[in-house]
Amino acid sequence: MRRVVPIGPYHPLQEEPEFFKLIVEGEKVVDLEINIGYNHRGHEYISPTLTWDQVPFLVERICGICSDSHPYAYVLAVEDCAHIEPPPRAKYIRTIIGELERIHSHYLWLGLAGHFIGYNTVWMWVWRYREPLLDLFELIMGNRNHYAINKIGGARRDIKPEDYPKIEKYLDMLEKKNAMFTKAILDDPVIRARLEGVGILKKEDAIAYAVTGPTARGSGYAIDVRKDDPYDAYDKVDWDIVVGKDGDVLAKAVVRLLECDESIKIVRQCLKNMPDGPIETRVDGIPPGEGIGHHEAPRGEVFHYVRSDGSNMPVRHKVRAPSFMNIASNVVAVKGYSIADATLVLAAVDPCYCCTERTMVAYEDGKEKYTGKDLLQLSWKKTERLRERYRK
Amino acid sequence: MGNLKLLGLKKSPWVFHLAAAACNNCDIEILDILTPRWDVERFGIVLVGSPRHADALLVTGVINRKTLPRVLRVYEQTPKPCLVIAVGSCACHPHIFESSYNVVGPYDKHIPVDVYIPGCPPKPEAIIMGVVKALKRL
Repeated sequence: MRRVVPIGPYHPLQEEPEFFKLIVEGEKVVDLEINIGYNHRGHEYISPTLTWDQVPFLVERICGICSDSHPYAYVLAVEDCAHIEPPPRAKYIRTIIGELERIHSHYLWLGLAGHFIGYNTVWMWVWRYREPLLDLFELIMGNRNHYAINKIGGARRDIKPEDYPKIEKYLDMLEKKNAMFTKAILDDPVIRARLEGVGILKKEDAIAYAVTGPTARGSGYAIDVRKDDPYDAYDKVDWDIVVGKDGDVLAKAVVRLLECDESIKIVRQCLKNMPDGPIETRVDGIPPGEGIGHHEAPRGEVFHYVRSDGSNMPVRHKVRAPSFMNIASNVVAVKGYSIADATLVLAAVDPCYCCTERTMVAYEDGKEKYTGKDLLQLSWKKTERLRERYRK
Repeated sequence: MGNLKLLGLKKSPWVFHLAAAACNNCDIEILDILTPRWDVERFGIVLVGSPRHADALLVTGVINRKTLPRVLRVYEQTPKPCLVIAVGSCACHPHIFESSYNVVGPYDKHIPVDVYIPGCPPKPEAIIMGVVKALKRL
């Protein structure tokens, strides 16, 4: 007997509105349907109405947690289009902020994961050590989130040499705490029992669903844009890709924690080798052409595409966020586990729905492939199909 | 009866957090005020899982076409009188998203809003101050 457990769109589990339909047999989840679109604000539509320099502020507001990643990928795309080479100091600054953001994002996830399994101590504890990092952001860039460090042809703000010791001091503290968290999670029998062997995403499935970021690396698939196609200062520092083995939630948690260690390593090296000089180059318009940029966001690869016609605005701006692929893999990861585990498994990919929500219009022979009416027809047909399925 | 409820509300407001089409940032800052540095639970402010238990709604983000009916429904489910606190610039005015085809305007066009807390995102101190100001008005 199949039953449906609806979760959402407003529910205490996750912060954003999204809708899951868990199809269950008894306690066991046999299928999952994901319905998103509650966060669609039309960024790709607004972007061509703004000038090149205004767009970073817009794409920053795609997502508040990885608010450095989207502008980062965007400026890389524009620099690719206009063949701009930012000065070395700007590259190092961007790398540092990108890595500090990874730490803050992974800690955020770890805290929420603790909350999801009813371990609020973990949540309070982890977020306590995330707080000084936000202070650092405020110190360097003037805002706790949405810091707007990326600018076409450089960085918007400099990291002052007198701030280096403050960053170093935080990293020293964090290194100890990160070791403590890693040990706490690996040693705690309750956390282990909740996370181990739950929500397994096999390597084949990870490849088939094209997942990225810690979700892929937790399944043993070593994919990382920072290593595969290094940009900015990532090829000038020494670090390793962290790869898990089992693909369960524990592996993903451990990958994220160990990645924080790697981030600390990268930031330290960047601070040590930081070159002097200007932080931005002069940009005289964007020539016609197209460019791509990708950045390893905390959740995986974020990809931006821009096309220019030589004017002061982009003609087309396409965004692909990592959660777009990662969320789809929930369908295989959640199957066969109980409803109680589903909470955690659905959150294990660190989903970010506001990143994900894009729409597209498919054209065929110069005509829209699906008009509004066609989509309605498709929707009705699907309802019919599902009705048949649940009648069984 | 309304006054009695308002008096009770002053002591320990239970809040429901409602994100329409937010970017997550205000939502994270709202969670942040529950964590050790600010710890608003000291004052009896608790995040609840259902709007039916809530005295106040903390609303974030712009409203889009898909979330508008849901937002109205959540507002209807909240026992009245209730406070509506708009957290963040998007909740006060769509600003950067104004030209979007999917955005249907700010909260105060659809539901009565008591307090506006601007900022992108507002600092946790600002959110706490907004809640305190809202309670003082009662």
